[in-house]
Amino acid sequence: MTWTSIFIAGLITYFTRMGMVTLIDKDIFNENFKKILNYVPSVVFPSIIFPGVLLDDYGSLVAITDPKICGALTAIIIGYFSRNVILTIISGLASYWFLIFIF
Amino acid sequence: MLSKFQIFKIGFFDVAPHLLSVIPFGIIFGAIGIELGFDPIMTYATSLIIFGGASQIVFLQLLSGGASSLIAITSVGVINSRHLLYGAVLSEYLNKLSFIKKLFISYFIVDQGFAVSNIYFKKNKEQNFNHYHLLGSGITLWLCWQISTIIGIYLGSIVPESLGLKFAIPLTFIAIIINELRKLDHLMVMIVSGLVATFFYNAPLKSYILISPLIGLFSAYLIIKFKK
Repeated sequence: MTWTSIFIAGLITYFTRMGMVTLIDKDIFNENFKKILNYVPSVVFPSIIFPGVLLDDYGSLVAITDPKICGALTAIIIGYFSRNVILTIISGLASYWFLIFIF
Repeated sequence: MLSKFQIFKIGFFDVAPHLLSVIPFGIIFGAIGIELGFDPIMTYATSLIIFGGASQIVFLQLLSGGASSLIAITSVGVINSRHLLYGAVLSEYLNKLSFIKKLFISYFIVDQGFAVSNIYFKKNKEQNFNHYHLLGSGITLWLCWQISTIIGIYLGSIVPESLGLKFAIPLTFIAIIINELRKLDHLMVMIVSGLVATFFYNAPLKSYILISPLIGLFSAYLIIKFKK
């Protein structure tokens, strides 16, 4: 039963990946729709970022002083000015660890 | 004009920084699978067959917690529904490929790969063989995910929980969208999506991951209308 579930879940996931790529002709998208698609990274990734920073493992809001909030803000500031991916991630982790282990 | 291999390499290097979160996450996933009572082959099979980090964890957690297969499968579908949006964006760039190539390349579409390759595609619209960038980023992520899952399965939680490396996941996504913060319309859409996701986080079947992008895209639609 579990194996069947794994295969069905895998099939559905694969369909979510290939569905739009193979079955949709780009010409059916009008200009407005293409403009909206420009926002896809800006709507999907914050949907992962915000709960990852603002909520704890049990889905409750963390305190404003939580190290994750400080880490995220540091990453945003460093990333905004440096435009460097590695520096963004490392600075966020470093400030997070600093607050956890030093304070 | 860059060769196929050169573009593949650019894909690899563009996605490489994101391995900082992918590898620990893969190890954590492998360890969780075993902890939840699944055998090594079954735990690994989810990485090969489903290949979607967060959805795999939810899938195994639900099954081990006694949830029905239908609930577990539906949750995976809902969590991974965001790939439909990635596919819609990428279809413009992968349009010229044969059907078989599209079927093959689709398997490697994941968050970080989509993000870096989409940026590359936008900047290099005129290049031939652009899809090799997606292959470079996707195959790199795939390989690292498979290997790190196996490491987690056999070595357990070698990543100390106290390091809180789960936090590296939102950080890598911050790094991905940081340049969009410079645009006010994107910033507004990000805040809407993020707050909606936080508010609906406890909605059934992890459906927040479907609800918030849709509301975000609706707000983008309103912004586009308003701009006119």
